[in-house]
Amino acid sequence: MNFLSRRQVLGAAGAAAVSGLSTRVLSAAPAAVSVTPELIAAARKEGKLNFYTAMDLPVAEKLAKAFEAKYPGISVRVERAGSERVFQRIAQEMGSNIRNVDIVNTSDAAHVIFWKRNAWLAPFVPLDVAEHWQPQYKDPDGTWATARIYLSVIAYNTKLVTPDEAPKSFAQLLEPKWMSKLVKGHPGYSGTVMTATHQMARDLGWGFFERLATQKVMQVQSSVDPPKKIALGERAVMVDGGDYNVFIHKQQGAPVEVVYASEGSPTISSPNAIFAGAVNPNAARLFHCWMCSGEGQQFLVDMTGQYPPHGQVKAHPERKPLSEIKLMREDPVEVEAKADEIKARYVSIFKV
Amino acid sequence: MLLFAAVLCLLIVLPIGWLVVFAFTDRARNPTLANFYTLFTDPAFVDPLLTTLTIAISVSVICCAVAAPMGWIVARTDMPWRGAVRVLVMASFVTPPFLGAIAWELLAAPNSGLLNQLYRGATGAGPDVAPLNIYTMTGLIFVIACYTFPYVFVLVANALDRIPGDLEDASSMLGGSAWNTARRITIPLALPALVAGALVAFLQAMTLFGSPAILALPAGFHTMTTKIWSLFQYPPKPELGAAASLPLLVLTVVLLRAQAAVLGRRGYTVVGGKSGPPRPIRLRALRWPALALCLVMLCLPVFLPYGALINAAFSRVASQPLTAATFTLHNVYFVFFELSATKLAMKNTFLLGMMAATGCTALALVTAYLTSRAAVTGHRALAFLATAPIAIPGIVLGVGLFLAYTRGPVVLYGTLWILLIAYVTIELPAAYQQLQSAFRSLSPELEEASRILGASRLRTLRDVTAPLLGPSLVATWCFVFVAVVRELSAAVILFTSETKVLSVLIFDLKESGDLAAIAVLGLAMLILTSLVIIAANRVPGFGGGRVGLRNA
Repeated sequence: MNFLSRRQVLGAAGAAAVSGLSTRVLSAAPAAVSVTPELIAAARKEGKLNFYTAMDLPVAEKLAKAFEAKYPGISVRVERAGSERVFQRIAQEMGSNIRNVDIVNTSDAAHVIFWKRNAWLAPFVPLDVAEHWQPQYKDPDGTWATARIYLSVIAYNTKLVTPDEAPKSFAQLLEPKWMSKLVKGHPGYSGTVMTATHQMARDLGWGFFERLATQKVMQVQSSVDPPKKIALGERAVMVDGGDYNVFIHKQQGAPVEVVYASEGSPTISSPNAIFAGAVNPNAARLFHCWMCSGEGQQFLVDMTGQYPPHGQVKAHPERKPLSEIKLMREDPVEVEAKADEIKARYVSIFKV
Repeated sequence: MLLFAAVLCLLIVLPIGWLVVFAFTDRARNPTLANFYTLFTDPAFVDPLLTTLTIAISVSVICCAVAAPMGWIVARTDMPWRGAVRVLVMASFVTPPFLGAIAWELLAAPNSGLLNQLYRGATGAGPDVAPLNIYTMTGLIFVIACYTFPYVFVLVANALDRIPGDLEDASSMLGGSAWNTARRITIPLALPALVAGALVAFLQAMTLFGSPAILALPAGFHTMTTKIWSLFQYPPKPELGAAASLPLLVLTVVLLRAQAAVLGRRGYTVVGGKSGPPRPIRLRALRWPALALCLVMLCLPVFLPYGALINAAFSRVASQPLTAATFTLHNVYFVFFELSATKLAMKNTFLLGMMAATGCTALALVTAYLTSRAAVTGHRALAFLATAPIAIPGIVLGVGLFLAYTRGPVVLYGTLWILLIAYVTIELPAAYQQLQSAFRSLSPELEEASRILGASRLRTLRDVTAPLLGPSLVATWCFVFVAVVRELSAAVILFTSETKVLSVLIFDLKESGDLAAIAVLGLAMLILTSLVIIAANRVPGFGGGRVGLRNA
């Protein structure tokens, strides 16, 4: 009669493995698969796909529509919530034996480590991933592959702040002139902010957050929200949030601009993972193949300006190349180990 | 009867039982009081408790102060356009509190809020001047009060509707002035409704999740419900969550007993066998000021927020006023053609609304009949069971049901049934209170006359009581339907992607800040709900008009 705990979840996963509902974790990646007519036909037969993601909703829906246009007959249902909430929902569903999720694109790379350990993921390697992905962006056992790379950045509203006044580093955000002018996301909801908070706490120290909390920062949930808030003019500067969201707003004419902090900008890699008990496994595989193909990656680059892990696809010409930006190093293994601690500490500092 | 009582028991005792078990045990299910110790000493829990009490008391006072005079004006005077005012109050009730909170964010956010921009434009003040800041406790109290006052209004107006004219005629024939009559006859007769309304407002404000979830996070504080919600984020701490909800339950029981003590054993029967329709009070010169007052009051929950939502739905940027240049249908297109969850959410919401409204009204009718006519032994226990769920925050009931129905023998998680059970359980107290109020004002002499003439209890219920209750039944059905459509706190725990409802969809969209999509969905929700209510009021046999009682 216990509520869902990690032990229960692992126990359930073990039982599920025994009953044959999940595949075994292989010690080597399966053979790379290209898109074949058989795969397309099998996916069409399934006819639908449940895609859980944390990416910006209009982006996710357009992505889904582009996939539906390429492969008619497969309708995609997008479930969008912050990565941490997606993680909670999947855990709840798994614990109750509800097999709803087919494929996930999460902004918290630590989640795939957890899911893989519980044998919830089905290994599958698209040909593009095998040939064009760098090793740090894919799982050696083939259970996940990074689909998009972006940064958590400082950004400001150009109508409220001139480029000279704009902060150039995280340290400058602690100055009194930014009191009540800042907005940021919350690591309890957003995978992007969770990952960014870990990197910033490691590189800048928790003292940074403690002093930031005295700045009367407006707290929102998802990392796609601070860019919206500064575009609305509600706050002048965002402390964290997706750089691709700022880019999209800027393309649409909003008065916003990105700042790459001098201490470094946290890096976010967002993996795709197919679930073992998926109801529509072939549709999931086809979607994963498409999203990792040159075409899918180009679509993401053109629409959102994110950095493609695909070696042959170039980043958007209007975006600064990753090599020219000072970056903070990503460490999903440590995030996975320390996530609860980080969230608890954040909540005790910011009081919400 | 026994089966009925058993069903009620199962509905209510099961989740409460789990809650008590979790509150008094630790992870390993050993009994302990540690959860309560944490609750009352850790400031992370004490602060939300005090905040919640402050909010609930303030909201209750404000609602009574606003709704009682409005109810009196609409029900007992000859102010013009009374019917329209009633409809607009219903529009205020139809609005989910979280949608109202989002709309008020659009209006009163300190920098981008439309009203603040208007003020700055009109007075030429600098960019940092903001007379209204919705991200404060005052802002939250205001928004909650806006969308809770219809409860009090409906109860008071209905009670005043039912007071027959001859009591007041007798008073004026004996020389009482209009004010004296009002003070010594009308108000005491309306008192049970007002007290019930104050209580409902207090409890609604105490257990509300949607508005605090929207406004409290940016404002930087927690209420009890948002705290409980945060305890169920991964990794969940259900023991603390259960312990946090027990004080709310105890408080409600105390208040309900207090209500019974205050009202005592005085009789409030007004519909007997020999009464006529009440005489409206002529306001003369005060008619137009009264109307102006009502309309100004209605600006706050209805006109301004819906204006803000229309602005956000049809402009490219929500913080910019709508002009010919900024007008766009892109958002409407996005919601209805690109957003893949819309169709399913709408279908689920209306299906559940209809089923829950019908089931809940039927259950409440039988329960109210049994308790107000004292027809079975143990009817007091039945009354307690019917009103007990009002104290459990929707979110905690959601968790209780989750615990009860996600493991065998009956697994309902992932189906619409678990949501249906949650909705019926949550709305039963309000439906029961309404029907009980209606029963209380029906004198037994009509039914006794029917029994004396040989009709059975069931026949009496069907031929005498039910027709007299017709308007109340329709009102209760509509009430439950609307309450289900706007319910968020239990749904947010119990839904899965197949059983998503509109309120959860809007809540998800708020997390990502998609204000335009929220505005479109909110307006669509309002339009469709209004259509259903209008249709319900046209069902032959019930109708919306007053039951005409003819003199013998």
